[in-house]
Amino acid sequence: MDYSSLAKQIRQNIVRMAFLAKNSHVACALSCADILTVLYFGILSIDPKNPQGPRDRSILSKGHAASALYATLAQRGFFPAEVLDSYCKDGGMLPGHCTKDCVPGVEVSTGSLGHGLSIGAGMALAEKRGNGKERVFVLLSDGECDEGALWEAALFASHHELDNLVAIVDYNKFQGFGKTSDILNLEPFQEKWEGFGWAVVSVDGHNYEELERALKAIPQEQRKPTVLVAHTINGKGVSYMENKLEWHYKSPNEEQYQQALEEIRSL
Amino acid sequence: MRKAFCDSLLETAEKDESVILITNDLGFSVLEPFEQKFAKRFLNVGVAEQNMIGVAAGLALSAKKVFVYSIVPFVTMRCFEQIRNDICSANLPVVLVGVGGGLSYGTAGLTHHSLNDIAIMRSLPNMEVFCPGDPAETRAVMAYLAISQNPAYLRIGKGNDPMVYEKTPDFTPGKAILLQDGSDISIFATGNILWNAREAAKILGQTGLSVRLLSMPSVKPIDEEAIHKASRETKAIFSIEEHSIIGGLGGAVAETVAEYKDAKPFFARIGFPDSFCKEVGSQEYLRQAYGLSAQAIAERVQNLIKGIL
Repeated sequence: MDYSSLAKQIRQNIVRMAFLAKNSHVACALSCADILTVLYFGILSIDPKNPQGPRDRSILSKGHAASALYATLAQRGFFPAEVLDSYCKDGGMLPGHCTKDCVPGVEVSTGSLGHGLSIGAGMALAEKRGNGKERVFVLLSDGECDEGALWEAALFASHHELDNLVAIVDYNKFQGFGKTSDILNLEPFQEKWEGFGWAVVSVDGHNYEELERALKAIPQEQRKPTVLVAHTINGKGVSYMENKLEWHYKSPNEEQYQQALEEIRSL
Repeated sequence: MRKAFCDSLLETAEKDESVILITNDLGFSVLEPFEQKFAKRFLNVGVAEQNMIGVAAGLALSAKKVFVYSIVPFVTMRCFEQIRNDICSANLPVVLVGVGGGLSYGTAGLTHHSLNDIAIMRSLPNMEVFCPGDPAETRAVMAYLAISQNPAYLRIGKGNDPMVYEKTPDFTPGKAILLQDGSDISIFATGNILWNAREAAKILGQTGLSVRLLSMPSVKPIDEEAIHKASRETKAIFSIEEHSIIGGLGGAVAETVAEYKDAKPFFARIGFPDSFCKEVGSQEYLRQAYGLSAQAIAERVQNLIKGIL
């Protein structure tokens, strides 16, 4: 699978959506673009032609990165790419945070942080109790891990031995006001998940081989949910956005937009 | 009402294999029959209410019909946003069952009182709100919930709620139940204060007043037709509930009366004032203290209708 080419297309669409909509949350969409690429093109058992059929479930719990999910779903064939241009537009189909069934493939409404892992755990439990084979993947932000509800879900998932549940943390080290380490430190992060009874794998969230290897080895441990702590770079792929807090809020102007496209194409 | 709920749920679960019961570690000595009979369909999530609602949503998204059981504040307020986003916006078949409506947990203190729940649940799109007035109404509402695919909030009392009906009444969502007809005033009552409302109606009847008494187990949808009819045919309308006067049944009836153009009856809400209950006492004691005994309700109505009738 040529993840690199796919991710380039997805990144260009993410930047295009931010540019056209004059909307942001662009850096944290770019940080999880490689994760979504591997997930949707190499891991999930899904059929864009039958989006409600038997399938693995995927929840973008960090719903503010909706543009990344929309771009990925369009790339995967769930809906035409032209729809992406209606992102955050009057009368459009794609709101700034994920809204269930706004387009095929969006399973859950997210945007309030700390909801997705509980919903995913409920889905995973239903599968377990029904002897089903479907798996559930939940993509979290690191700032989201401030939420108490998330740790309620973490406790629940390990207690019920939901080894068909996978959390992926897009650990880009930034949140609303600055660095996670300055605002509400998560470290020692891996140990926290281990303490909650999860199998933990630390990966480079921009390394396709590492992501694929980890996600193909689910469950990492029998009778334990798995979490990938994916170390990422906020704004990955656009030099002036990388590790710059302001790109949680700003949208690119014409010149910045063209520069971003060029940089992404030459990645 | 709690026993009526549990018995009905057992019957429902017998017939419908998709039924799952979730609790946040509450219901000790009440839920065991379900747990013993349907071990794989019983889920105690621990003391974690936000996760409880998220998990309920996940199960419902996987074709389960979910009943979530707890004491009112913990299944409505602690997890309100999960109810709004995860359950209601997705229109999932999840029934929130709140035990201890109003002042049922009187001595337990204000953290356990439920005086705002109808208002907040009623405000949610897709959510249906049912407050049965006795065990028979509870069974009647449960017969509907067994087949409904909508999100719903079922607010019940505790144990030992008196029987208002001799047999199970007919229940349809959005329809009032006429307990007695009358032509002077109309009383709309919901939930576990129904017994007192009926006793108050009797007292008022003995003074020569012709009282129409309607039970409103369905607060949302509300029976607008019954309220319009009462507005045309009687001179005063009263709402009675063991809930804040803000936003509950009183709010729902007030909205309907105010928007009705063909008649303008006098209207007053009887309920709990806009305050926290810091007195210590049983439900009965607190009802006395806050003017919600049958006698106090009757006297309040008599005072309010002076000069109207």
